[in-house]
Amino acid sequence: MTQAITVSGLHKSFGRTHALDGLDLDVAAGEVHGFLGPNGSGKSTTIRILLGLLRADSGAARVLGRDPWTDAVEAHRRIAYVPGDVTLWRNLSGGEVIDLYGRLRGGLDRRRRDELVERFELDPTKKGRTYSKGNRQKVALVAAFASDVDLLILDEPTSGLDPLMEEVFQRCVAEERDRGRTVLLSSHLLSEVEELCDRVSIIRKGRTVESGSLADLRHLTRTSVTAELAGPPDGLAGLPGVHDLDVRGHRVRLQVDTDKLNEVLRSLSGTGVRSLTSTPPTLEELFLRHYQDEAGSDAGSGTVEVAR
Amino acid sequence: MTAAASPVPAARADRSRRLAGTGTLLRFALRRDRVMIPVWVAVNALMVLSMPNTIKGLYATPAERADLMHQMATNPSLRAMVGPVFGDSLGALTAWRVGVYAGALAAVMSLLVVVRHTRDEEESGRQELVSSGMVGRRAPLTAALLAAAVANAVLALLITAGLAGQGALGALALGLGVAGVGMVFATMAAIVAQLTESARPARGLTSAVLGAAFVLRAAGDSGTDDGASVLTWLSPLGWLENLRAFAGERWWVLSLFAAAAVVQASVAYELAGRRDTGMSFLPARPGPARGRIGTAGALAWRLQRGSVLGWSAGFFVAGVVYGGMADGAAQLVGDNAKAREIFQRMGGQAGLTDAFLAAMVGMLGLVAALHVVSSVLRLSGEESSGRAEPVLAGAVGRLRWAAGHLLIAFGGSVLIMLLAGLGIAVGHGRQAGPVLGACLVQVAGVWVVGGITVLLHGVLPRGAVAAWGVAGAVLLIGWIGPALDVPQFVLDLSPFGHLPKLPGGRMEWGPVGVLLALAALLVAGGLAGLRRRDVGG
Repeated sequence: MTQAITVSGLHKSFGRTHALDGLDLDVAAGEVHGFLGPNGSGKSTTIRILLGLLRADSGAARVLGRDPWTDAVEAHRRIAYVPGDVTLWRNLSGGEVIDLYGRLRGGLDRRRRDELVERFELDPTKKGRTYSKGNRQKVALVAAFASDVDLLILDEPTSGLDPLMEEVFQRCVAEERDRGRTVLLSSHLLSEVEELCDRVSIIRKGRTVESGSLADLRHLTRTSVTAELAGPPDGLAGLPGVHDLDVRGHRVRLQVDTDKLNEVLRSLSGTGVRSLTSTPPTLEELFLRHYQDEAGSDAGSGTVEVAR
Repeated sequence: MTAAASPVPAARADRSRRLAGTGTLLRFALRRDRVMIPVWVAVNALMVLSMPNTIKGLYATPAERADLMHQMATNPSLRAMVGPVFGDSLGALTAWRVGVYAGALAAVMSLLVVVRHTRDEEESGRQELVSSGMVGRRAPLTAALLAAAVANAVLALLITAGLAGQGALGALALGLGVAGVGMVFATMAAIVAQLTESARPARGLTSAVLGAAFVLRAAGDSGTDDGASVLTWLSPLGWLENLRAFAGERWWVLSLFAAAAVVQASVAYELAGRRDTGMSFLPARPGPARGRIGTAGALAWRLQRGSVLGWSAGFFVAGVVYGGMADGAAQLVGDNAKAREIFQRMGGQAGLTDAFLAAMVGMLGLVAALHVVSSVLRLSGEESSGRAEPVLAGAVGRLRWAAGHLLIAFGGSVLIMLLAGLGIAVGHGRQAGPVLGACLVQVAGVWVVGGITVLLHGVLPRGAVAAWGVAGAVLLIGWIGPALDVPQFVLDLSPFGHLPKLPGGRMEWGPVGVLLALAALLVAGGLAGLRRRDVGG
């Protein structure tokens, strides 16, 4: 089995709202897969369908080679799930909940559980009501990382964690990958995704808009180039893929589609380069492009297709 | 100099600011309750206001009504259920027939409103955000009590205006009495909301007090026919009947309601002033670092065991009380000739005792329907709070998850009815067999109500609370139905109407079997719906 999750053409409506509109998602076994998208784009709905909590209207989904709706219980034996907003029972202690979640899955590694409780600095004797938001997340995280499973589905798992704990979390995910487990990580923290994920899928309005390795995705966007030349630049404006060209004497600033970078560099070196800075696109920029598309389409209808 | 002079005005200013924002919070509370309060008030008022016509339709002439009164005066089981009759006017018969029930409904409405705007808000954390605004320390509790007061005042007004045709003073007395019971339980809930850390036990404990008030009044009224028993006077519901609306009103009784409400409110304010927001006087203790709960069923038991124990204790005690007063209630009849005639017809001493016990067992069965609804609706609560999601994301099928809670709900009704029967046997001091059997028969009716709840949760998850409406209707039919010749088709709507009257009557397996089959069908339908639908979302 090389695919941990395969989803194609998934549709789901709640009344008149189309939460998912033909979503595709492929997660290979053993990879950490980032799942990105603006609020309300359908990430949690997808995850709930993968967990068999919601039933898709149409489309196909397989999780660990099983149908998530009809074969939910068997699939769940190998899955650990952390929701973005953990609610606990007010009269059960954190330790009781960790052990319960573990037993409801494939079982719990005692030693790893205790070690994780220590690393996350969690007091397992406190009762549900008395935990802060971050500590409630830790309860679910400890249970997930200590469980004997093949696939972790984490839905914005670090909301409420402080930076130190965020680091512990990242190390834990790296350890999971090293042990050959698959992680589907939905997140808004782009640094986290950039650090951890082998591949990412970006969704918008219930549809997958980008999917691939970070290198692949960067290829699709623009690199910014700043150069100090020996003479006035020549013919840059005519090159394909060049945007926002700004020439001040011998100084040049421009944006270029990353796959057209080569021609630009050739033209620059033709003039003679004194200094050169080239910044690859960050995930942030990649992401903002999709966010802004959405803002644009909300504001002025009819201009949606332009950006793509 | 200024420093020495300032503390007094500062303290005064501080005190006046403790209520800052009350008006805004009250408007906000009434806005949030814009459906809940009108429904409770309307149902309650309609029930009371429709009664004179109902009675008039059934007993058209004063002679018939006088006859009804004499019959009722000699019937201990009816006295225990609804209290003694003080007059044969339409108004007096109305007050007798629905007074206690209207008071109990007002009490439930009031306790729900108060807990909803106090402990519920603190538990959810919403109170923190509200209190960070210009909101005085006493404002939330005051707004909650005022919201309950507004609801009760409207109810009193409707009853007074609607029954004025039967006698303005009597109508006023009944309206104020019903609202008075409401406010006694509003302030009681305000105290309990300071003690517990979450809303559920606050509602549970206050409801238990209401149950105790009912049992006390019933015990008192079964032994006397003029409401003069000490037990009756210990219960706010007993005050309501002793107000004697439409039958020579005893206005001073109203001061009991006022005094109780004022005293309880000051205790609540005192307690509220001594604690931090979100904290309670019964704080959570640390729990075990490791858990032993390993299955969905064990989790369900852990979550529900407290309420199962509470209901068990309550039903056993109620059984002991009813069992203890059975013989006394039956003996009281002996005084007048007409009563003795009825008494003979019913099979003498033993027959009358059996009839009394059958009525009490039937009443406990109706109350057990509330338990089954509350227990089944735990499924709803787990789902809507998001706690069901991680459990169902484990290797737990939906049916298994539901089965844990349903086993407790349906098994719980058997348990509490058996304990009630045991209590009656202990209290009455006779063989347990027939009473236990009578109690078990009630379970068939309880299970049908439970089945309806399962069906609602499975098929219409958002409308699952409607199950409370079903339980309320069943309770209303069972409580108001007897003695008033309500049309048979209405009585037939309640599953309890089809049960044989035991002990004393003949056991009929037919209707019991039909009800059990119906309950099974409803549960199966609900579970089929649960398997098919989206969870949580």
